[in-house]
Amino acid sequence: MALSVARNAGRQAPSKITVPRILMWTALILTTLISLFPMYWMFVTAFTPTQDTIKTPPDLFPHADLSNFERLFSSARDYWSWFANSVIITLGITFFHLIFDTLSGYAFAKKKFPGRNILFWIIISTLMIPPQVTLVPLYIVVQNFNLRDSLWAVILPGWANVFGIFLMRQYIQTLPTELEEAGRIDGCSELGIFWRIILPLSRPALAALAIFTFVRFWNDFLWPSMVLIKSPSYTLPVGVASLQTEFSTDYGLIFAGSAVAALPMIAFFLAFQKYFLEGVRAGAVKG
Amino acid sequence: MADTNITQVNSPAVQSTNPFVLFFRRYGWGYAFVFPSFLAFAVFTFFPVIWAFIISFQDFRPRGGGSWVGLQNYIDAFTTQNGVFVEALQNTVIYAVVTVTANIFIGLFLASLLQPLSNKFQTFFRAAYYLPAVTSAVIIAVTWRWLFNTQWGFLNFLLGLVGAEPVRWLSDPDIALQSIILSTVFTIPAAGVVLFNAAMNSIPKDFYEAADLEGAGPLRKWWSITLPLIKSTTLYVVVLYTIASFEVFEKVYIMVPSGVGNSTQTIVTQIYQTVFSQFRYGVASAQAMVLFVIVVTFAVIQFRFFRTDVEY
Repeated sequence: MALSVARNAGRQAPSKITVPRILMWTALILTTLISLFPMYWMFVTAFTPTQDTIKTPPDLFPHADLSNFERLFSSARDYWSWFANSVIITLGITFFHLIFDTLSGYAFAKKKFPGRNILFWIIISTLMIPPQVTLVPLYIVVQNFNLRDSLWAVILPGWANVFGIFLMRQYIQTLPTELEEAGRIDGCSELGIFWRIILPLSRPALAALAIFTFVRFWNDFLWPSMVLIKSPSYTLPVGVASLQTEFSTDYGLIFAGSAVAALPMIAFFLAFQKYFLEGVRAGAVKG
Repeated sequence: MADTNITQVNSPAVQSTNPFVLFFRRYGWGYAFVFPSFLAFAVFTFFPVIWAFIISFQDFRPRGGGSWVGLQNYIDAFTTQNGVFVEALQNTVIYAVVTVTANIFIGLFLASLLQPLSNKFQTFFRAAYYLPAVTSAVIIAVTWRWLFNTQWGFLNFLLGLVGAEPVRWLSDPDIALQSIILSTVFTIPAAGVVLFNAAMNSIPKDFYEAADLEGAGPLRKWWSITLPLIKSTTLYVVVLYTIASFEVFEKVYIMVPSGVGNSTQTIVTQIYQTVFSQFRYGVASAQAMVLFVIVVTFAVIQFRFFRTDVEY
């Protein structure tokens, strides 16, 4: 489909250089540079000794200097604890979604029970609720139960997220029902069918779900910043934001901190890009 | 369906005549499987939303409180601190209108440029556009704040190259909001490009071939074939970005932590401040309800469109 458009963009062979072609590639390359520049600039600053970050003209290429990182890990003493908190919180949320979104996605896709569609639409309707609306009540609960600085205060509300249920239902609907029936005839229990048949068959969708959930909550800021008050319990985004106030003009250090926080997600994306973009698209498919 | 019949035949419960037992033998697993997810939504979404609605009519403060005050919170929400919330609403609407329009046009434009390319190039550019979107909004905002730095920022360096005076991007109240908008516009709308790209790739190629036979040029084909056929995606992306822009927070909170007067207040930064600077939970909830109504209005449009989706 794409080729036919190319063939007709100009009547010439695809390799020929035409004005529209040059304009098109210029636009694509220029926007790519604009898209990647802030991230590039973050890394440049992270590898530039702080005293060199404040000069004109700025150095456009990174130095091979690690002094910012050394200072980051010696001054921002909690950095690794932020990192660990982010990992624990994000894994805690992701594991919940992998198991329970698949369970409910399976039920919504294949099981028949009265009220199924109503329940599904009730859950889907939560898409309309801005997360900010739940902040005040949840914050009051966290205060009253003294859950401030507890990682559970961030993990538990993360469990109410609709994307995975939707994704898994869509995917499991496409699986053949014969396999479950064969399992039943062989005397497999309902949980056994889920565990041995549905879960393994859903692997591609699970990958997309895991990656999407992981990135979404790794980067979450507003709620964690409300309930994690003391530095050792911060997550990375909350910690990075605090670097700004604590080391206000030490740009090298701030960007070293940002770079280390961003790196896992960048590596993650480059490794699993396919699943990732699959997840973006799945959100758009109608239920 | 066949699967429930088989369960019945194989299970000893067939002998039971108690309708309650029969019901649960038959449907119990379905309910059991959706229960954990439903519980999470009940506790962390439905209960807080209902409570927020109740609090919005109460005088609720950190230590106790809870007397009914009628609509006073809603009145206070708009009048407290000389009506800063009204300004925040205006700023958010301006932000939404400009960034959504720009995002849609840029997204459509880039996806259209990608459409004729080979799979390899499409994958490459999609990834290049999407990469920044996987890092946290906080990091992006920290970086933009640095680019906007009046003395040492990259943007003023570029302006200096052409001999222009440095601009106080984030500290001048007249342009701080515009600077924030600028940073959003210059962030490629990655999800939009990916969604438009997927929609365009699913258009059957015969449509274009038929148009070729009629002698239609590339622009004509784009206008008469591509645009109408990705209409539902376009609507979806518009709603997606509109809702996201009404909920803008991190960007503003990080780039101008203490605000530049009221010129950079948005709905969510106001809610945040009402909670953490004024400790007036009732007023904050009333403000959150205003946001709720705005977002639901857009979401309803989205759901309507979901149902009337056109297939081709």
